[in-house]
Amino acid sequence: MNQRILVILPHPDDEAFGASGTLAKYIHNGAQVTYACLTLGEMGRNMGFPPFANRVTLPEFRKKELEEACEAIGIQDVRMLGFHDKTIEFEDPQLLDGRIDDLLEELNPSLVITFYPGHAVHPDHDATGAAVIRTIGRLPKDRRPVVHCIAFANNHEQVIGKADIINDVKDFMTQKMAAIGAHRSQFQAAELVGSKKLKDKEIAERFGTERFWTYKFDS
Amino acid sequence: MQLIIQEEVQRKIDELKDQALYIHMEMTTGAYAAHFDTSKHPAANFITNAQIRYSHGSIAGVGPYRVGLKMENGWVYTEGLTHWEETETERLLLAGHDLQGKLVVCLQLSRKPF
Ligand SMILES: [Zn+2]
Repeated sequence: MNQRILVILPHPDDEAFGASGTLAKYIHNGAQVTYACLTLGEMGRNMGFPPFANRVTLPEFRKKELEEACEAIGIQDVRMLGFHDKTIEFEDPQLLDGRIDDLLEELNPSLVITFYPGHAVHPDHDATGAAVIRTIGRLPKDRRPVVHCIAFANNHEQVIGKADIINDVKDFMTQKMAAIGAHRSQFQAAELVGSKKLKDKEIAERFGTERFWTYKFDS
Repeated sequence: MQLIIQEEVQRKIDELKDQALYIHMEMTTGAYAAHFDTSKHPAANFITNAQIRYSHGSIAGVGPYRVGLKMENGWVYTEGLTHWEETETERLLLAGHDLQGKLVVCLQLSRKPF
């Protein structure tokens, strides 16, 4: 049976560095992936360099970039949930959890990928992870999907230990770099790879491993 | 976005005075400021679609620019503006981008909600 995976992240591009290689690998092995992206990252500070987007047009650009990134990874189903960037932690929890619950009900995934609440730096990341954990935690134990969390806050290992899922995605660098490159309003080539072009070997070393923490529910 | 042409922005400010407008204003250091440098203090604010009306407004400086709009009971003030959107006919979109192109500050006015 093909694995069903649900990815829940707040911003277009959240998938790119932390999970795109893993998703490409799962999809290569037959997985069906739904990516629920909560916002369009409409409050992002990057508008391209030199800026080609502005505060008004940014969401439209980012929507297209997200679609292009998902195509590069091979993601079959993209859902844009229409929440507003920077507001996830203030959103009505019933509404937010309800949308997540609906997705779980509809898709019945065996694996959910999200941010590790409290260890993902951006308030939207933490709030998204918290909502996913909260909602799945309410399900009866035997109906809960496995949850793999992305963490990258400074010192996160001191609190949650080392990642237990270490995915070698070196064979999926083409998909991953294309996914990163799709978000052209957000990632400037110079910021990403320095002033000189990276060689394939350097890219594989830098981007070839993705780490996740399996969330341990209390009860 | 293009680099601000002061006279054109002033013309737009004059066109939009004495009428009900929607404003979007923000300033941000970015949510990752302290993640990359712990001495930094991340801060941001934005307000979208508050209604204002000003009787007098101008753009000042030699770039980056400042804009001040005088309202009946107060002021709207922004510093650090570098770019505007010249293709906009109805609205005024102003932003300040830093040397890496990241948005730092933003001031937008429109007769319709953003
Ligand atoms: Zn993000």
